[in-house]
Amino acid sequence: MPYSRLIPCLDVANGRVVKGVSFVGLRDVGDPVELAKFYSDGGADELVFLDITATPEGAKTMTSVVAQVADVLEIPFTVGGGIRTVEDASRIIEAGADRVSLNSAALSNPELISEIAELFGSQAVVVAIDAGDGVVHTHGGRNATEIKTVPWAIEAASRGAGEILLTSIRQDGQRTGFDLELTRQVRDAISIPVIASGGAGNAQHIAEALRITDAALIASIVHENPAGLKGLRAEIESFGITLRPLKEKV
Amino acid sequence: MSDVVVVDYGAGNTRSVRAALTHLGKSSVVLSDPAAILEASFVVLPGVGSARSAMEHLNQTGAADALRTRFSNGGATLGICLGMQLALQTSEEDDGVTCLGLLEGDVRRLQADRVPRLGWANVDPWNESFYFAHSFVGQSPDTVATSDGFCVAVRNGSFFGVQFHPEKSGDAGLNFLEQCLTLV
Repeated sequence: MPYSRLIPCLDVANGRVVKGVSFVGLRDVGDPVELAKFYSDGGADELVFLDITATPEGAKTMTSVVAQVADVLEIPFTVGGGIRTVEDASRIIEAGADRVSLNSAALSNPELISEIAELFGSQAVVVAIDAGDGVVHTHGGRNATEIKTVPWAIEAASRGAGEILLTSIRQDGQRTGFDLELTRQVRDAISIPVIASGGAGNAQHIAEALRITDAALIASIVHENPAGLKGLRAEIESFGITLRPLKEKV
Repeated sequence: MSDVVVVDYGAGNTRSVRAALTHLGKSSVVLSDPAAILEASFVVLPGVGSARSAMEHLNQTGAADALRTRFSNGGATLGICLGMQLALQTSEEDDGVTCLGLLEGDVRRLQADRVPRLGWANVDPWNESFYFAHSFVGQSPDTVATSDGFCVAVRNGSFFGVQFHPEKSGDAGLNFLEQCLTLV
């Protein structure tokens, strides 16, 4: 089995990282390229960039951010937000992203999942699910759909998704731990990897999620103290989770 | 002339592998021109796209034959992920694809708890972790390294193939790439 993965998530708007990233050790906290490099050096296994503007202008800016990040980053990264067509996905992947994350566009057009998977392989397609009260939500969790979470995860996997990014909208931002029951339900229903998201407040929360699933998405816990990522990894390992060994730089 | 030719399959991310080469001080160019593939001092078959579309592109452009000739001539070539799989004889991907057949062996659907197999994993006997993202896996008598028991590196003559992504595997990946480049 590959090692459990710890994946910092960066929200990007108009080419800048937004939302509470602390200033310690960074020249320019809003620069996605510098922050990506910083997290990569600190032991992130992968990164996720979410374009929260999701406008046509935002998409152009995002493509240029992706290219700049790809030029300096030697770990994999996923890009989500505003990807609605195969062309959008191709543009982001050709700019250097390893994977694209689809959310509402996959709900309104599930064929999109298979089309991108056929072109770039399943490993290039992540389907993000914002889940609450057993159903999938859209618009950052504000709007409930009638689509049930577990059946949607199964359908996404059968259409060629290579991974599910599962966010509990109840737990997101609460920092009181992941929704372990939800994570377990989805994991048990499919055989592609699942990234647990929403609720990481401390190392123990992350370890609990990683006992159930393959990867954990983290945001505020690491943005408040980017330099603390190595320490966080060590603490997670103290709960019996095996992360990839980091070699000290000489 | 560029130091490295990165073979073009017509789609996908070649930027990352070029960025890693640049980091190591090597210039690179992405193309499928047979003459350039034959003459290059080092060729990378990158890990992008699907087996069928990649082989169709290689066959149409003449790159496939150039890669075979290059192999018989002893020209150094590194295959990454799909690029390693394409060097074998056949793949189960896309309902069966005839590959380059540089090395003996074939490619099968991965049987693992979770597929795609995503993430960093230790490679034996190198005792180093690299990043993997694959749903298919090769098997070959030319296997030189494994991970979780799967064939993840093959080598025969001037061809070296790895299932992991050295361009996405941090310092370990860069060190590996650098060593490959010294084989020229």
